[in-house]
Order: sequence, then C-alpha cells, then structure tokens
Amino acid sequence: MEKNEVACLITLISENPDSYMFHTPNIRHTDKQAEAIGIPILSWPTQGVKEEELDDLQAALVYAVEKYGIRGIVTGAIESVYQAARVQRICRYLDLWCFNPLWQIDQVNYLGRLLKEGFQVIICGVYAYPLDASWLGEELTEEVVDRLAGLQEKYKINPSGEGGELETFVLDGPIFQKRIEILGASQCYANYRGQFVIEKMRLVDK
Amino acid sequence: MMKQILLVDLCREKDSLSRYEFVDPIAATLGSSGYLSMAIHFSDVTGDEMENYDKIILCGTALKDDGYQETLCLFSWIKQCEKPILGICAGMQVIGAVFGGKIVPQPAIGLEKMVIVKNSPLLGEAREIEGYHLHNYCVTLPDGFMLLAGLPRAANAFQHETRPIYGIIFHPEVRNRWILDRFANL
Repeated sequence: MEKNEVACLITLISENPDSYMFHTPNIRHTDKQAEAIGIPILSWPTQGVKEEELDDLQAALVYAVEKYGIRGIVTGAIESVYQAARVQRICRYLDLWCFNPLWQIDQVNYLGRLLKEGFQVIICGVYAYPLDASWLGEELTEEVVDRLAGLQEKYKINPSGEGGELETFVLDGPIFQKRIEILGASQCYANYRGQFVIEKMRLVDK
Repeated sequence: MMKQILLVDLCREKDSLSRYEFVDPIAATLGSSGYLSMAIHFSDVTGDEMENYDKIILCGTALKDDGYQETLCLFSWIKQCEKPILGICAGMQVIGAVFGGKIVPQPAIGLEKMVIVKNSPLLGEAREIEGYHLHNYCVTLPDGFMLLAGLPRAANAFQHETRPIYGIIFHPEVRNRWILDRFANL
C-alpha cells in the first residue's frame, strides 16, 4: 500500500443501543457526515447482539471489498483491546490490512490535537458517573478537555470515552467540505445515562 | 549528554500508516518516563550509528506486514552490536532469525496469559503475566538464548545467555509498559 486512498466509510447501524462493538448515538446521521466530507458511506445493519454483531461487521467488510475494492481498513481504536482484537481477527480472516493510527495515544493530548486541527465535536451521549445531563450537547473546547482530564485523574474516566463513558458527534473538521449545523435536537437523561439526539440538521458552506 | 534509545521501525514501508501504531506508542511510553528516543526505518539502519544510542528497540509491524522476513540480511548488524537490544514481536523474530532461530507460523491476536519461567532483568521474577499478542508468526529459540516464556519451538520471550539482548512476542505498549521502563533502566 504505497498510497492510501480512502474509498469509503463504513458504519454499522446497531438496533441495540448498548452494542459492545459499535457506537450508537446519532449513528444514522453518519450519512450526513459522509456527505459533508464527500466520501461514500456503506451503512450496514446489525442487531447488535454480543459477538454475533461481528458477523455483521465481517459481512459489511466483504461487501466493501466487492463494491469499493478496499484492501484494508482504518479504525479509530485507542485503548479497547476487546474491540481492536476482534477487528484484527476479522481482517486476518478476510486478508485485509488493519490500521489503528490512534492506538495507545494519550487521550488528553489527542482531544487537544482535535481542537488544534479544527474539529468541531459535541458530546452526544453520557454513560458513566459523574457525567450528567449538563454534558449533553456540550461542544469540545479547551475548557471541556481540561474538565475531562480532571475526571480522568479523579474517576479514571477515559477522556475520549474509549471505555464507553461518553460518545461524540463530529460537526466539522479539516477534511469536511461543508460543516454540519444542528437545527433541532432533544435530550433524554436519567441516572448518569443520556443522549443528545440530533433531530434536524443541514450542511452549510465553509 | 544524555543518549537516546533508537527505535527501529520494521514496517514494510517508510513513514507508513502503521508507524503510528507500532513505533509512536513506544516513543510516547519512553518519553513519559523521561527517555529520549529516535525512530529510524530499518532500511536506513547500517549499524554504524549505534554509538549514538544507549539502547535499541526493534518495533513490531501490522499483522499483514511480514516484509521483514524478506530483508533479514539488513539486520546482520545486530550480531555485532554491543548495546542492549529489545525486539518486540516482529523485532523478536528478526533477532531470533539473525541468531539462527526459525520464523514459524503461530497466529495469536488479543490478550493471552503467559508463564515467565525464569527470572530476568527485563521481566523480573518467574510468574504468570498477561500480554497483548498480534502476530502470525513467532520464532524458535536460537542457540545461545535462554527461554523466558513460552516453548523452545515457539518462544514468547527470550534472553541472550551472555549479552543484553531480549525478545518478547507480545506488545508491551499495551498494558505492560513497565517492560519498556525496565529495558530503558537496564
């Protein structure tokens, strides 16, 4: 692979909001992100049943090989051995390259780098104490990163949500041709578990 | 002047996407413990530059990247090098092969328990530990090496009998960063 061309994005749409493998909050809106970036997306359904959902990921990758001719995948795995090992096994079975360029990266530095490089990110799910409703819809800023770093020190929370403590949604970034503007959203929250649900959005010129 | 640890990038291509995954985490771990490091692609290492470094680490590669097996002749400098050397995964296989071991298929992915069978400066006392494996191959124990973990036909960790040369088939940057600290402190 002398040059790496991004042929498509792949999203697994889980019916189970508590999938062990896949991100779920606002996951159906990844098609809007793909449109904003300008790269085709392959959205593949899964029931999100533990371990069985890996068959769906494998089927999606097989389809991506057939449709887009992919020779490898890139994941955003940072710390999760559970997820990384399972993706590696599927790639080995399918004879695909597997790249994890964020693997073992310092999470606070990583969040800071996202800001420096112009990513606009909001928190769209919280799933662990002491992350309460006030975090939902919050945009990632230096001040928010500092607060997450403080929670890492005090509560061992993964600042980037790698342990499922929080989930995010990207509205803009350096490879976005257009940015996403949220026009309407709602929240559901109880007992340190909640979601910021995007209901209406549009693409805006940058 | 404080010398650096040389990180030899074993990925098939220079400046590859895999470098972020197999070289940078080693540099970051050493950096957080106060050690300087410098990464150089294996194709640029001649052996003459070793006097500029205190220690050498041969890093791992992606699961599908076994290009190092085709370029073993480029690693003959290891035999003459007098500095402490640690080989990680593909790096261990290279060290083993340079000293006469045989690289053999042995796929493993994920966390696995291993029994350390012998005390050593690198891994400490004999006991059971868990390590993150990501390899399609391992190497047999070469003559002149002691087995630290695994089997002679599929070593998980080894040490040269008289020189500070070590190999581990698992990735210490995942949940075993203390191993990198111990190597840096040798």
